[in-house]
Amino acid sequence: MSGSPPDRRWLRASASFPAPVIAEIHRAADEGVYDIRGFGAKRPLPTFDDLLLLGASMSRYPLEGYREKCETAVTIGARFARRPLELAIPITIAGMSFGALGANAKRAIGEAASAMGTSTTTGDGGMSPEEREASKLLVYQVLPSRYGLDPDHLRACDAIEVVVGQGAKPGGGGMLLGQKITERIAGMRDLPVGIDQRSACRHPDWTGPDDLEIKIHELREITDWELPIYVKVGAARVGYDVALAVKAGADAVVVDGMQGGTAATQDVFIEHAGVPTLPAVRQAVEALQELDMHRKVQLIVSGGIRHGADAAKALALGADAVSIGTASLIALGCNRADYVEDYHALGTEPGYCHHCHTGRCPVGITTQDADLEARLDPEQGARRLRNYLTTMVLELQTLARACGKSHVLNLEPEDLAAVTVEAAAMAKVPLAGTDWIPGGSRE
Amino acid sequence: MSGARAPVEFDLAVGDTRSLNRSLHDAAPDGGAPPRWRIRNPGGRHALCVGMDAEAALEVFGHVGYYCGGMNQAAHIVIHGNAGPGVAENMMSGSVRVKGDASQSAGASGRGGLLVIEGNASARCGISMKGIDIVVAGSVGHMSAFMAQAGHLVVCGDAGADLGDSIYEAVLFVRGSVGSLGADCIEKEMTDGHVERLGGLLAAAGVEADARSFRRYGSARRLYHFHVDRADEY
Repeated sequence: MSGSPPDRRWLRASASFPAPVIAEIHRAADEGVYDIRGFGAKRPLPTFDDLLLLGASMSRYPLEGYREKCETAVTIGARFARRPLELAIPITIAGMSFGALGANAKRAIGEAASAMGTSTTTGDGGMSPEEREASKLLVYQVLPSRYGLDPDHLRACDAIEVVVGQGAKPGGGGMLLGQKITERIAGMRDLPVGIDQRSACRHPDWTGPDDLEIKIHELREITDWELPIYVKVGAARVGYDVALAVKAGADAVVVDGMQGGTAATQDVFIEHAGVPTLPAVRQAVEALQELDMHRKVQLIVSGGIRHGADAAKALALGADAVSIGTASLIALGCNRADYVEDYHALGTEPGYCHHCHTGRCPVGITTQDADLEARLDPEQGARRLRNYLTTMVLELQTLARACGKSHVLNLEPEDLAAVTVEAAAMAKVPLAGTDWIPGGSRE
Repeated sequence: MSGARAPVEFDLAVGDTRSLNRSLHDAAPDGGAPPRWRIRNPGGRHALCVGMDAEAALEVFGHVGYYCGGMNQAAHIVIHGNAGPGVAENMMSGSVRVKGDASQSAGASGRGGLLVIEGNASARCGISMKGIDIVVAGSVGHMSAFMAQAGHLVVCGDAGADLGDSIYEAVLFVRGSVGSLGADCIEKEMTDGHVERLGGLLAAAGVEADARSFRRYGSARRLYHFHVDRADEY
């Protein structure tokens, strides 16, 4: 046998066992535990890219791009709350914990969101002073773990979000690996320093929608009915979940599709649970319409929203706002080609990194390490995120004006066509060039 | 300090939950003696006396529904009756005393203060507790102290199955039998220091029991870091 390389023309990869699958089996055999990672689903899924906006033509007048206004303000939570949230733009920042993210990242996000007139959201682990100070509008999450849950923070926030599930892991609890449980994080969560923190997947004091109704009532009583209360669900049985959240008394419902990000979750969960954001929006809107609650209970959609076009399509399908998580971190510098040697030390490259769970974020965003965190200048980060949000809004307005809309919420399903049969069926809009909606026409 | 105030009477047969809680929240301390309230005819209503954030003495005469005394800070609440699920949930400080029995999830995720249940508590008593002290004169149901992080659970009677499952650093004292211990929960040595600590808790709760007749349970700390050979314990 000679040691020369084989003729590559005759190497045939297995479709069932391509190189990444073989590598994962080898890893599982070596380590005996599932892979845990950050970021979100990497598999191909139907997305908003599979929809197109139909610009104005003879039957509709477009608005002049730089002359005629296209409004973006939205009100969230007017169903029961005395102080609904008035957002200048329909793009909010999703819940990400202080612990998963460092304090500089939280501050940068808060300052950018405040400058744009929109809200940001806490996460598992409670509210940090940096976050409250930086965020003009702060949504406070009440999660199954109840880490750091403090009634003073409930009273100090601008809206409450009861988290039932998350798109990256519907039905699962969070985890934060020991390397990120520093003294400060441990103190906020009442946990020992340095342990792997396992968050519960069910709330400790209620089960089911009837209990949730009573829980929401309690939260309203504690906050004297001042604040909007959202219910966040991971997209799974969307129609039922949205209807039950409405029945339980939510002012707004957040539906997080399976492309939603996470700081640390089992890879098998990220890639194989939930439904994509695209069909989730349509199912959520239908549930609200069946209850005659569309536009009365606001729908906020998250999970893989990347640009103004995604936002425009989600709004056209009936959402009231979108929420971004991963994209906001990318704007801060996530996966940017700085400190490349540190990406290599993690076994990855800029553009591929999903190592939030390690706490060794090369660009200082998802870390509690003081030296790494110092790499993120909060002021510079806020400027970058603000630029990105501004771009998203400009893109959204551009598309809405082209469809003849003076407010982005006037976008409608009739402004959409699908470029794949799957997307047409999921979104219930016609396949481009046809009148055909697979599975039946929109009512 | 001036003398004790005359109690304010609130009748839930006349007023509703909202007007009660609003009145309680609006009763700002004036530097004198803490206000006293007597609340009649609770009728099993939910979310009574929630979100207290100042010192006050509250007495509720009758049975209450879900979450009575939820997220209490500083107030002292006595329930002359039974309590529904989640009594004193996420309490921060102060105290809640249930003269009767408590339903499931009593003291859930509580971070401070003292919860005393003079009767029995149902399942998941002290679930996710984070610093609260709970003293139950009777027995507790299954899965009590599930994922308990900090604080003390004292059970003068028996504990149901899976006590302390996935427990962190909370300390459990049980005088009677334990149905079974949950994952990573083990019996630990009862030192003189623990006897003294337990004696203090019993005294604070006003429950008469010999601290030396209790056993102590806590975390084996085997699940603090994942290990493949312990996967079947999860």
